[in-house]
Amino acid sequence: MSETFTFTIDGVEVEGEPGQTILEAAQAAGIYIPRLCHKDGLEPWGGCRVCTVTVNGRSASACTQPAAAGITVENETDELVDMRRGIIEMLFVEGNHFCMFCEKSGNCELQALAYRLGIAAPRYEYLWPTRDVDASHPDVLLDRNRCILCARCVRTSRDLDGKQVFGFVGRGPGKKIAVNASARLSETGLDVTDEAVDACPVGAILRKREGYRIPVGLRRYDGTPIGSDIEKGASS
Amino acid sequence: MSGNIAQTAEQVCGAFGDDPARLMDIIRGVQQRLGHVPDAAIDAVARRVGRARVDVESVVSFYAFFSKEPKGRIVIRLCDDVIDRMFGYDAVRAAFEEELGITLGETTPDGRFTLERTACIGMCDQAPAAMINDTIVTWLSTDKARRIVSELREHMTPERLVKRVGGGNNGHPLIRAMVHNSIRRPGPLIFSEINRGEAIRKALSMSPAEVIRAIKTARLRGRGGAGFPTGLKWEFTRSASGDRKFVMCNADEGEPGTFKDRVLLTERADRVFAGMTIAGYAVGACEGVMYLRGEYAYLLRYLEDVLEKRRADGLLGRGVMGRDGFDFDIRIQLGAGAYVCGEETALLSSCEGMRGDPKNRPPFPAQKGYLGCPTVVNNVETLCCVTKILEVGPATFNMYGTSRSAGTKLLSISGDCDSPGVYEIPLGTPLGEVLEMCGGTRAKAVQVGGPSGRLVGRDGFDRLICFDDLATGGALIVFGPDRDILEIVSRYMAFFVDESCGYCTPCRVGNVLIKRGVDAIIAGRAEPRDLEQLEDLCRTVKSTSRCGLGQSSPNPLVTALESFRPEIEARLRADPNGYRRSFDLSRAVRPTEQLVGRKSVHT
Ligand SMILES: Cc1cc2nc3c(=O)[nH]c(=O)nc-3n(C[C@H](O)[C@H](O)[C@H](O)COP(=O)(O)O)c2cc1C
Ligand code: SF4
Ligand code: SF4
Ligand code: FES
Repeated sequence: MSETFTFTIDGVEVEGEPGQTILEAAQAAGIYIPRLCHKDGLEPWGGCRVCTVTVNGRSASACTQPAAAGITVENETDELVDMRRGIIEMLFVEGNHFCMFCEKSGNCELQALAYRLGIAAPRYEYLWPTRDVDASHPDVLLDRNRCILCARCVRTSRDLDGKQVFGFVGRGPGKKIAVNASARLSETGLDVTDEAVDACPVGAILRKREGYRIPVGLRRYDGTPIGSDIEKGASS
Repeated sequence: MSGNIAQTAEQVCGAFGDDPARLMDIIRGVQQRLGHVPDAAIDAVARRVGRARVDVESVVSFYAFFSKEPKGRIVIRLCDDVIDRMFGYDAVRAAFEEELGITLGETTPDGRFTLERTACIGMCDQAPAAMINDTIVTWLSTDKARRIVSELREHMTPERLVKRVGGGNNGHPLIRAMVHNSIRRPGPLIFSEINRGEAIRKALSMSPAEVIRAIKTARLRGRGGAGFPTGLKWEFTRSASGDRKFVMCNADEGEPGTFKDRVLLTERADRVFAGMTIAGYAVGACEGVMYLRGEYAYLLRYLEDVLEKRRADGLLGRGVMGRDGFDFDIRIQLGAGAYVCGEETALLSSCEGMRGDPKNRPPFPAQKGYLGCPTVVNNVETLCCVTKILEVGPATFNMYGTSRSAGTKLLSISGDCDSPGVYEIPLGTPLGEVLEMCGGTRAKAVQVGGPSGRLVGRDGFDRLICFDDLATGGALIVFGPDRDILEIVSRYMAFFVDESCGYCTPCRVGNVLIKRGVDAIIAGRAEPRDLEQLEDLCRTVKSTSRCGLGQSSPNPLVTALESFRPEIEARLRADPNGYRRSFDLSRAVRPTEQLVGRKSVHT
């Protein structure tokens, strides 16, 4: 058994183990730290910055920052929550998100976080980018309009499916999700049973012919806010 | 055709041992041979080096100097920095466009010329400037632009544009550049004459721990901008476990307005390489890499030659200076147009043949750096200081400067002053005194440390240039009384938008929004609440971004507001009807107008 240690999150003492990140230790203690690019079982990415907390007063991403003995972590301060809202709003205005027409609605982590954080409309102007849709694959649709560049598909395909179907091209605001082929998704080795297909937090990667199989209203985040499972885990 | 392409690509891969870590060199090689990196070449490279094709494409697409699309045989890259704009960029660009018959971003139909813009190329004291393939042209005027095009049409050889070479080693047969050093004030330490071999001999007479102690006693702090104590950094690397360690020299010098490392590499390359060798001895590394920005490719052959001579003289290679068991050699890694690669972990990514994305920290480079091995990353000037400390001893070094900012510092001064160029000053010198030296006392404001540093108004001219007050990697850009502060801020935000790696949300999106907000103020479309929101946004970008680029990218606006708030607020206006002024109706309906093919009646 490795030595456990304690530290505090918003004044609450929690236990950590060597090798754990702050996000993992918090989660084990039933504290939800909002996240988008993080997915349990994948290597931390640190890209969306939604999980930003302060550690001894300095900002850090909870999904990459190791937990350590005696540190003081702030998670739910007004300032941090507002910055997280700001980041979520940036993701909304950066892409083209029309939730009411999106098959992911109700199962979408971006939408669910917006609800949890109480966002009605973004404060920033929409950037309305022009982005491609790749419908070439027989069973899977890639709609770049909704991609938030979280790399969950990239890491899942590489590390869990052992394939490297996805990657990124370009940089800065021009960065976009790309596939491992000179043109289209259908030329890659992507299979509809790949875990990467389910890795996407938003409606950028979708299975075809599944629309409305689960009715709106009965979807994952329709009843309970995102993160409740983690918070419930603690009380039981 | 695609068979030939694949063959060429494979040859280049072979020349680099099919090593995926050498992807930067491989892609550069392909680009040089084919003029671009087409799909067939990407496929061939991916196969040969054993990486996914999308990874290779990712690298090609990341760097400004690589291209999947065909480019002209001659690529003219106009330096589009604030400084160039102040000194005639627009007219020069127009002259090139007119003479070539294309607009910026295009290639002539005969495939001979491409005209592009690029971020600061480190020639601010001789602006406007441009890169023509690897050749640098300076002090451009409309006449000069026209002459350049007509000459190039005749011989298609950019090197032949250099008629009169700049001073010092710029005239060296392996450089032959029209670039000027403009060393206005050589100081006692960094620019002093070199006694080749002396510093390494002294280092080898001490134990590695003693060398580190000497650097600590000298109180040397990093010259690349962050000011981290060099001795401490070396100690971390020395004590990190690992048989293989590395020393990297950061010669990316991408911060707009900075050009002192270019002059050091031209005039004091031996001192830089000696510093790397001493670092290698101190931390237990056998390999060094200098990451040289692609803009300075014109120095590559010269620097390779300096390395060759050092090998021949026993200053590099097996058993340095006859010391059994201390082997050290250096290779030069060329960048390809990406400011973020100056960030030390992005630099490592790039050297490893990947996109120039910064890495997550921890682990820090001292623990897990290049190829996963403990690595020291130091700036060019820091390494020169190291050599000097060994030459003269720590006490002579820290005689200059202040207690927490020891030694001298190089400044690259440009803008509205009489004598732009490089100055070596003791740390702790007041900004106002520096302005007197360079003839810039009429300044309205000075950008200290480039766009990621701070804009200082006249109220701050008594502040000191040192790590605890006005810290700077070396850039000092002087703005005269008539310059528009917000225009400067807008240009600098454009720089950060262009140079963000795109990995994290706040920097990738936030900088675009800040730029738009600043432009709305300039256009008179902003009201007081817009500025409030903008300041909020700056705070979010600064405190949630993943690396130093995003953490400092809002600085132009944030620091401009510290000195020029009244001037900026005077441009805000609330709408009498309470409408949101920042909403631009014409722009909002434009896509619809285009779709339906007629103008809206709202105006
Ligand atoms: C966006 C960005 C760009 C940077 N560019 C450079 C650079 O061009 N040269 C440099 O020496 N340091 C640069 N730095 C700082 C390096 O990350 C690092 O601190 C430095 O190389 C360490 O060397 P030093 O301790 O000798 O200064 C940059 C940092 C950031 C965040
Ligand atoms: S497609 Fe989905 S999983 Fe992949 S990067 Fe975009 S948002 Fe993330
Ligand atoms: S702040 Fe984020 S997007 Fe910007 S350069 Fe650093 S990692 Fe890339
Ligand atoms: S969840 Fe931590 S940065 Fe995305």
